[in-house]
This record gives sequence, structure tokens and C-alpha cells, in this order.
Amino acid sequence: MTKKISILVVDDESSVRDSLYNWFIEDGFEVACAEDAKTALQMLESEEFDIILSDIKMPGMDGLEMLKRIKNLKKDAIVIMMTAFATVETAVQALKEGAFDYVTKPFDPDDLTHLIRNASRQVSLMDENEKLKEKVISLENVEDLIGESEGMQKVLREIANVAQSSASVIINGESGTGKELVARAIHANSARRFFPLVSVHCGALSESLLESELFGHEKGAFTGAIYSRKGRFEMADNGTIFLDEIATISPKMQVELLRVLETRSFMRVGGNKEIKSDFRVICATNRDLKAMVDNGTFREDLYYRLNVVQINVPPLRERTGDIPLLAEYFIKKYCTSMNRPLMTIEPAAIRRLEEFPFPGNIRELENMIERAIVVGNGKRITLKDLPIEKTGVSYNVESLDDVEKQHISFILNKYNWNISSAAKALKVDRVTLYNKIRKYSLKQA
Amino acid sequence: MKPDSITLISFGSFEKKLLPEIVDDIARVTGVPVLYKEGFIDVGEYFCPERKQYDGNRLLHEIESNFATGTGKTIALFNVDLFIPILTFIYGQAFLNGRCGIVSGYRLRNEKYGLTADDKVFTERLIKEIIHELGHTFGLKHCLNPVCVMRSSTYVEDIDQKSSAFCGTCREIGSF
Ligand SMILES: [Zn+2]
Ligand SMILES: [Zn+2]
Repeated sequence: MTKKISILVVDDESSVRDSLYNWFIEDGFEVACAEDAKTALQMLESEEFDIILSDIKMPGMDGLEMLKRIKNLKKDAIVIMMTAFATVETAVQALKEGAFDYVTKPFDPDDLTHLIRNASRQVSLMDENEKLKEKVISLENVEDLIGESEGMQKVLREIANVAQSSASVIINGESGTGKELVARAIHANSARRFFPLVSVHCGALSESLLESELFGHEKGAFTGAIYSRKGRFEMADNGTIFLDEIATISPKMQVELLRVLETRSFMRVGGNKEIKSDFRVICATNRDLKAMVDNGTFREDLYYRLNVVQINVPPLRERTGDIPLLAEYFIKKYCTSMNRPLMTIEPAAIRRLEEFPFPGNIRELENMIERAIVVGNGKRITLKDLPIEKTGVSYNVESLDDVEKQHISFILNKYNWNISSAAKALKVDRVTLYNKIRKYSLKQA
Repeated sequence: MKPDSITLISFGSFEKKLLPEIVDDIARVTGVPVLYKEGFIDVGEYFCPERKQYDGNRLLHEIESNFATGTGKTIALFNVDLFIPILTFIYGQAFLNGRCGIVSGYRLRNEKYGLTADDKVFTERLIKEIIHELGHTFGLKHCLNPVCVMRSSTYVEDIDQKSSAFCGTCREIGSF
């Protein structure tokens, strides 16, 4: 989707050229360097560069003069000036001459990244304007959204349609369907992709924690706030904020969120300075928000503000055709991470998986495959490696003791019967674990 | 391509008690055997009085000349504030497609930013930064996937947003 962005670095100091060269190469740019303005201008005659980053003070022709000449040749060239502390006035002049921005040496890595991301966005916007005429949309970084079923293809089409805009999105789906993956895919395919995607799991935080997490806080705002801190909305500037489990937020937070969405500005907790932030909002929920609006537990105005576009992620039982592909994907994932040779899965096991309703959706399938790899023979996953009875009940256990026995056995196998590791994972001491092993007569296979 | 081994070498006041956990995690994510040892150099020689920080370029070259070995990858671990001439600080750096890299825990601790100390968070950040620099030695560049370890992070909370694993695309590029 994106062509490589090229940068020309102009500086008379070789250590500066080298550092920037390495930095930009690692960032995936195409980079060239010039040691003075004259060389740079010669290079620009035969080659195009998307971004030019130049020192102001150089022997021979200085950066400002070079800037003027570049702008004469190409009005929309993106030129960024670098300056030492002493020449800030000159830098301001550079902005008047049409420089895209300026930075003071040495740079804060975050400032440099921000600056180059801004410039990259400018380049890709100019580029995407061209592309829009061709109407080609291909998605990047969606390799973990697996599925050829119509349901999944619809989700991918909706991601492609909505990614380029800045519209708010609500992602609806049962838990375990992969809503966060959809949010990531939208961000990764938007013009905001150069900036952060900041995730907040609203359901995990109390009202006051959520408030300071989202808005940040000033020193002394509450007991324990010894320093001031940036909130998630601030971090998401120019990027995307992902609010998971949006249905769980309190009425007070609903009002505050609405205000932020209307004004795109807010104050830190305990602060009195208004902070502006340009972010896109993506929310996810497994609840029926419309029904919550109808019964008065979720604000209608907030709902309409968030729900500009809605993407419904289908439950796994509605796209069982994707199960073989998903199984294959998770087998590869876990064999790789456990450093084992790639396993296969027998057709009967696949068939059993296809019949299972999967209330926990993809996450449940993923756990099942991980478990099967751990307990299996290392070559092939078979029916008996899956904790599913033909009746379609996930566990053939009823009592709490049975659940405990099955779980301990699973963990022991997972850690190769290393008692210390298993006890650590179970958060019990070794003696307790030995007693349980005796109680349930567990044996290493 | 995957190397046949990874060596972590701790220098100066780097906390060695964290190493066993770090070693396990890095072996798991990369699938390469990981060794660790302690190295001895006078870190003070790399201190730059004007910047009151340590010279990341000279340290990286020191590791390349005296500690890196032929076939494996080496990451040197420090607990000092690193800089390179053009940047106010770095968490670490490595030779792209090279044999070694350096990482410092100095700016990865919560306390540095006035937040409550948290060993777990610190260790996670450290592991991610080590794997990130290893990724560069495997020839990987920065990745825009929000959870890929090769995403570039310029402040600590940014590190917290990504995982310690390589995304599918990076695995493919690095052919592992
Ligand atoms: Zn990097
Ligand atoms: Zn990646």
C-alpha cells in the first residue's frame, strides 16, 4: 500500500549524518546524505526526495539559502530545519520561508519521531489522494484476522471502508471474537498509523482510576500523585484510542467522555490547563448498546457520537468454515513459540471442532489448540487431545474437584511436570501442589 | 536468519538477579538458546561530562570489537543513561544485520518518571527492548504493527503497548 518514503539528510558533521542515517534506515526509510548544501542541490536535480532534513549552519551556502532554492524548484517540498540552541530565531525565519518544521539539536527521540511521522503523513496524504482516484484498497497488517467465510470477508471489507476516514467506530461481538484485532487493523490501515494506538480496558478500572488513566493527572491531584502524568487521550494525539468494554463505564464517565468527544479537549485531573488532542475513537463491546440506551443505562447522545460506523464481528459458530484455517494458524503459532516441529491435526479432530459451539469463540479455540499441543504426542493432534465430548460439552466434568483435577493436570503437563514452575503458575506452594497430586492420583504420562 | 546462539552480557550495576527470567523469555520468543555472563569494562571511560551521559556509539563499538563473537548475537546490558550525539537519549541500539547491540535499563524504570516501582513492568520493558535490538541484528527494521516488538518506542508507556513477540510479517522477513 505504501511506497518507501525517502529522506535526504544535509549536515556538515559526519557524526550527525551517520546517526540520522542509521536511525532512519531502522525506521524503514530510504536515506541519502549530503555534507553541504551544494551537494544536496545537485542530488535534488537528479533524484526526488520526500523529506529533506537540513542543518541551518553549514560552511558555504547555509540551510536557509538552500531552503529558498528548493522551494523555488518545488513548492510543496517538505523541508525540516535542524538548529543548535543559539539559532532559534533563524529557525523561526525558516518557518516563514516555508520550512515544514524545525528541531533543536540534540533531539528528544519522541520529538524526532513525531516530526518525521507528521512529515510522512503529509507525504502519504499527497500520495493517497492520487491512489483514491484508482480506488484500490488493500489491507496491511491483518494477517491475524483469519477467515475466508463470508462473515469474516465482510468484516475485512468494512475495515477497508472505514480505515481511511476518522469516523468513530463501535466494534460489536461476543467475547473472544477478536474485537481488538479489528481495532488494530483499522488503525494500521489509516493515515494515523504512524502515531500510537492506545488501548484502554475500561472494564478493568474503577471510575477514579479510569479518569486519571484517560485524562492524566497533575502533581498533587490526589494522595500518591507525586508527579504529573500524561493521560491516554494525550498519548493518542494524532493516533487512535481504543476503548474496550465501553458498556462498563459509569454514568459520570459517560458525561466526561461525551464532553471530550465534543470538544477534543480536556483537563488533567487536578489541573486547570486545557489540553487539546486529535484522536480517533474506536470502542468495543460485547453488550447490546442500543438496548442499554433504550433502558436508560447508556447515554443516547454518547451512543450516537460513538456509533458512526458499526462493525459486527461474527461469533465462531456462525463461521465454522474458518475453523480449519484457524486451527492451522494456531498450531503454527504455538509450535513456533514452544519451539517444536510443526504438528498436523487429524481430520476427525477438525470435524469435532467444527461441531462444537465455542461459547468462548476464537479465544476458546486457541486455548484448546495450545492445550492439545502440550498434551499431544508432538506429531499429530488427535481427537483424544481435545477436551470435547461428542455431545458438544466442553468439559466432561461437573464437580469443582473435577475441574481442579483437570486444570492441575493441564498445568503440570504444560510445564513438563516441573513442580516449581507448575506451582508458580498455579500460585500455590509446592507442598500444596504435591498434596493435590496425591489427592487426585495424578501421574506423569 | 536465526543465529545459533544469543549471549547476554551484563556490565556495571546492571541487576543480575533479573537475568534468569530474561534469558527464559528471550529463548522462548526467539527460539534460540540464550547464554548469559558478566563482562568487565570501565564504563566510566564512556562518560561524557558535557552531556552527563554515556556514549552509546563508543560503547556499541567496544562491544563489537571485544565481546561479539562470530556466529551468535551479543547484547550488552547496562544500567547507565545512554546517548548518541544527535539524540537526547536512547534505550539501546544495535548494528542492523550485525553481531551485537546494547540496551540500558536506566530509563525503563517507573521510578524514573515518578510512578510506583514495579519490577514486573520493568523486566517486561527490558525484555522487549532486548528482543527489539536483537531484531535489528537479525536485519529487521521498524514495523508499524501496533503490537509487534519491532515497533519503535520513544517513551516507556509506548513500550508497554507492544508485545515482546515479532509479528507475522517480521517473522517472514527474518525467516524464522
Ligand atoms: Zn529500533
Ligand atoms: Zn513486525
